Amino acid sequence: MEIFIKGTGIISPQKTTDNSVFLNDIVTHEKDVLNCVEPSYKEYINPIQLRRMSRLIKMSICASKVCLKEAGIENPGAIISGTGLGLVEDTEKFLNSVLDYKEQFLTPTSFIQSTHNTISGQVAIALQCFNYNNTYSHRGFSFESALLDAMLLIHDKDAENALVGGFDEITEQHHSILKKTKWVKKEKVNHLDLLHYKTPGTVDGEGVSFFALTGKREEGTYAQIKNISTLYKPKDFKEIENHIEKFLAENGVSKNDLDLVVLGLNGNTDTDGIYYHLTENYFNTNYAYFKHLCGEYHTVGAFALWFGVKCIKHQTVPEIAIFNKQTFTNKPIKNVLVYNHFKNINHSFYLLNQ
Amino acid sequence: MSKRIFITGIGIISGIGNNVEETLKSIRIGKSGVGKITHLETLHKDTIPVSEVKYTNDELIALLGLDSKEPFTRATLMGIMAASEAVKSAGITNMRDKRTGVISGTTVGGMDKSEQYYHDFLTTGEHIRYIESHDCGDSTERIADYINVKDFVSTTSTACSSAANSIMFGARLIKNNRLDRVIAGGTESLTKYHLNGFNTLMILDRELCKPFDENRKGLNLGEGAAFVVLESEDIVKETGKKVFCELTGYGNACEAFHQTASTPEGRGAYLAMKKALDRSGLRADQIDYINAHGTGTENNDISEGRAIEALFGKTPPPVSSTKSFTGHTTSAAGGVEAILSILAIQHNIIFPNMNFQQQMKELSFKPITHLMENVKVDHVLSNSFGFGGNNSALIFSRV
Repeated sequence: MEIFIKGTGIISPQKTTDNSVFLNDIVTHEKDVLNCVEPSYKEYINPIQLRRMSRLIKMSICASKVCLKEAGIENPGAIISGTGLGLVEDTEKFLNSVLDYKEQFLTPTSFIQSTHNTISGQVAIALQCFNYNNTYSHRGFSFESALLDAMLLIHDKDAENALVGGFDEITEQHHSILKKTKWVKKEKVNHLDLLHYKTPGTVDGEGVSFFALTGKREEGTYAQIKNISTLYKPKDFKEIENHIEKFLAENGVSKNDLDLVVLGLNGNTDTDGIYYHLTENYFNTNYAYFKHLCGEYHTVGAFALWFGVKCIKHQTVPEIAIFNKQTFTNKPIKNVLVYNHFKNINHSFYLLNQ
Repeated sequence: MSKRIFITGIGIISGIGNNVEETLKSIRIGKSGVGKITHLETLHKDTIPVSEVKYTNDELIALLGLDSKEPFTRATLMGIMAASEAVKSAGITNMRDKRTGVISGTTVGGMDKSEQYYHDFLTTGEHIRYIESHDCGDSTERIADYINVKDFVSTTSTACSSAANSIMFGARLIKNNRLDRVIAGGTESLTKYHLNGFNTLMILDRELCKPFDENRKGLNLGEGAAFVVLESEDIVKETGKKVFCELTGYGNACEAFHQTASTPEGRGAYLAMKKALDRSGLRADQIDYINAHGTGTENNDISEGRAIEALFGKTPPPVSSTKSFTGHTTSAAGGVEAILSILAIQHNIIFPNMNFQQQMKELSFKPITHLMENVKVDHVLSNSFGFGGNNSALIFSRV
């Protein structure tokens, strides 16, 4: 498909808001969750509005503005976002009040802000954008659905361009719940060494990522998104391999054409196996990984997309993200496959092109 | 690229029936599902009427032959009921022979269980398996697994327009030859969470809701699930199967005004309907019936009414809101009303807007107040508008 990324706005546990740099100053987090490095919002949001907004709304409005500014788009043809859990802070606030005060003395603000479509709606209000507006919430397919929707809109000429975002936040309360499940590591971890623990579970992260998509290759374009594909509950490694083979073939690429494969390794020994399998038995190229920098969350696929297109734009893979340090070879980065999965349930693939 | 999208199956469960047949029967005899709360544990049990699905969770689990140890939320159980009925009515015997997806809309997702066990989540960790069913994607995946769909799953979450957006996305995936068939709709159970949320907004009528009435006092919440089976032109040609109707138009626009209110002139509503009409290639005067969003709130009915006037003139085609039957099933509403719109075409009927008494002074028209039978219903417009300014409209047409 002729879809191009023209701008990005990324707020993550790393310093990613400044689009001129690419992971040149790595942030180490001491807590056992990776929270976003928040920019100064003053430049983007007026102080009266700022006071009323919850953290995720602030981050989203800011990231969307950074993105559109870079893309030189004032009013996008569509605003589409994806989120796994929506506005967790507002949801907890309202839920705790309902339960603690036994359904009495409640105020509506946190309820109003707790629906998943708040972000797409608030961004539309900020931009006075009356165009297509949608929100997806489906685990590891939340952002991927939003991206696919936007790509189809542009491809079908229903929109000239689109603003697409992924957002998820981690709160202390929600982290305390996740710690009781098998998805978070029990031991204290240094996130930069995430792959060295060889234990079940991963580290919680969060992030807000917006992209400006257009149907035209223009000056300053990051990369082309040739296509996207999803795979739901594959039964074994072979099915994943076959899926990749077919996806690449349908887009006129063979695995030998890939200059870089970006992998969603998250340090969970229960679910990382497929990544090791593919690097050892299937692909033969350079590999990068990124979740030790941003943590795991439902819409981390948006961070993965950003990471992939940044590698293409800057023609470099940051040292800290190189997976095959021993065998890494410097070469032009033209064709990139990004492969990420959420709990071995939702597998997603993006094929990117210079 | 499949140019035309056909509806080949329908399934529904709501306060007025556990399947299509019961739903139609309730409508014909004028039986509303709205009444005293019986299932939901809430302080407002005796004061706020809602429309509940009559089965308990245990009954649904038994009926569907599911494992009661699994963390099934009510949205999942209702969703499986409706989606299974839709698949059956489409006569699908082999789900894997065509590229098939499930796209569902939900907003509160598994909140019914989370609010019940939240204290345990935070303390002892008992019932922690229900945290896995809290998110919106859970019900969609369990529905897909139950009906054996594997190729694509996704969930829209745009509050009260979710299911309409699911149907729209499904149609576009088929048009783009990414899928051949999509089971699309939505599911939403009542929760203390959003019952109290709507209550703080002071938009819940303490009596039966009166959409488009001068003295309307708000909406009645409802719960339910409804799915349609969308299939490509190729499948329909290949199998020669019967179709219910065609999805000829769809439109999505944003109000961009306020998180929970619409503009008095109904800007977003107008744009969504206009886009749907433009896509269908129909003229406004070809629409035979408008199944309105018509919640019964002060704000919605003015906005929607004015938007209808702006697009259809002072004497629009018959308009009614069926929310006085089903309650406002929020994320499922776009699906529930899609099914009712399809039934209107199939049976040549137009549904009454129950409880209506007095015309709104702001509007030039009144809704239909009695069941119209043996009338020409070839094209139906169905509106779904949500919080956050998410407005969507669908057009169904006789084939």
